[in-house]
Amino acid sequence: MSEAARAAELAARASRARLVAMLAARGTGLAAAEDALAEAFAAALATWPGQGVPANPEAWLLTAARRSIGHLRRHDGVRAAAAGALAMAAPLADDEPADNIPDDRLRLLVACAQPAVPEAMRAPLMLQVVMGLSAERIGPAFLMTPAAMGQALVRAKAAIAASRTAFSLPDRADLPARIDAVLAAIYAAYGAGWEEFSGADATRPDLAEEALWLARLTATLAPDQPEALGLLALILHCEARRPARRDEGGRFVPLAEQPCARWNGAMIDEAEAVLARAARLGTPGRFQLEAAIQSAHAMRRFGRQVPWDAIAKLYAGLLQLSPTLGAALGEAAAIAELSGVEAGLARLDGMEARLVAAHQPYWALRAHLLAQLGQDAAETYARAIGLTQDTAVRAWLVRQAAKAG
Amino acid sequence: MQCMMLFHEDATEQAAGRGGGDPAYWPAWMAYVQALNESGLVVSGHGLQPPAAATLFRLRDGKRVVHDGPYADTKEQLGGYFILEVPDIATALEWAARCPAAARGTVELRPVLPPPPAA
Repeated sequence: MSEAARAAELAARASRARLVAMLAARGTGLAAAEDALAEAFAAALATWPGQGVPANPEAWLLTAARRSIGHLRRHDGVRAAAAGALAMAAPLADDEPADNIPDDRLRLLVACAQPAVPEAMRAPLMLQVVMGLSAERIGPAFLMTPAAMGQALVRAKAAIAASRTAFSLPDRADLPARIDAVLAAIYAAYGAGWEEFSGADATRPDLAEEALWLARLTATLAPDQPEALGLLALILHCEARRPARRDEGGRFVPLAEQPCARWNGAMIDEAEAVLARAARLGTPGRFQLEAAIQSAHAMRRFGRQVPWDAIAKLYAGLLQLSPTLGAALGEAAAIAELSGVEAGLARLDGMEARLVAAHQPYWALRAHLLAQLGQDAAETYARAIGLTQDTAVRAWLVRQAAKAG
Repeated sequence: MQCMMLFHEDATEQAAGRGGGDPAYWPAWMAYVQALNESGLVVSGHGLQPPAAATLFRLRDGKRVVHDGPYADTKEQLGGYFILEVPDIATALEWAARCPAAARGTVELRPVLPPPPAA
């Protein structure tokens, strides 16, 4: 791709969320807004590299998208011709200053996470509608074929179109709950990006980075919502450590053994600043606590010991707000560090067998603790290895098991 | 539903010795098979000897043709299979994602045909 084409693509992409939001929230509907934007993009990519990116790319794209909507309405079903016609019509006048384009992106985010949309589809929907990713890219990250993901996305958009609250912005009183649903979806998108780590392919947009962008956007649009800031801080902390999760040979490196020099210091500083802003708003929440736990792990950067007592307390608080298996395991690991391995194992023994049977982190932690006690951990390691998806983590567990045996 | 999960492995590696000398190969497979068995989803399944150990039989123009394997000269070869009893393909895909064969080969999921209706 030429430099001009790349600049055109970046400019177009930066405007996408704002334009889809604005068109969709003002009567065009989601699917039609996306179609119109896709055609405006095609026109932009056909003309901008040659003529240069217009002074006001957003206004250009909006005008092109509106022409496309008009064109589609006049020639229903003759869509293929529209992109070509638009390309010929360019350059378009910058007839609408960007300042006049209302920012409906919060409406769009809330719409994607509304109750009418099944929970599992909210993250994929945001990645498509807000970030412009294809079903081919999104599907595999959520363990679905592109075709199945495409159909599920179409159904989700139809559910939004049919819902009475489609693009309405909730009252101030309802906003935190609706924002929570948005944040949970972004967190799920980040989780899907995290799982894909070992298969990283430079030519495919990185889902973890897309999720970070979404978290940043939400924190910008709702700066008075402490949990939006909490999620941004959490993702920044995790992203800061991503380069350190593999050594030069591509081998997995656990958190406790990561050299702090391989963490991204600027990202950690930003995470700390965002978390401090959240704390000043005075309402703790799940994501702020999770970010605070990551912040405690990052203390090692300053040559300080990891404060396991603080981490154990943070996990205890997290368990009260959001009793997940992950939080219970985090607490057990902290207790093992703080009060001894037996105390940590006792926590694991107390967990319900049915819940942990296929949960890889449970078996990995249990094997690690058994090995520390010098007990036979072979079968427990095997259970963890058999449940692992990540190739580098699997190889690391095999090495750990060999050491323990 | 019942679903067959087939493991297609790199043919060169299979011929040279499974895993191409990767010391994690057998521990990873044994652990995977054990975890899958403990999931309660397994109806049946086996690992297979290398494709060169295959014996192939055809009838051509009424004449018998008997060959040694492999069946076809392809980059990936069948290394083993399971029949799983799963609520849906998504559950089978979760186990495919955990399979050691996925990193260098392909895991194939094929729904089993339901038995024909009774006459």
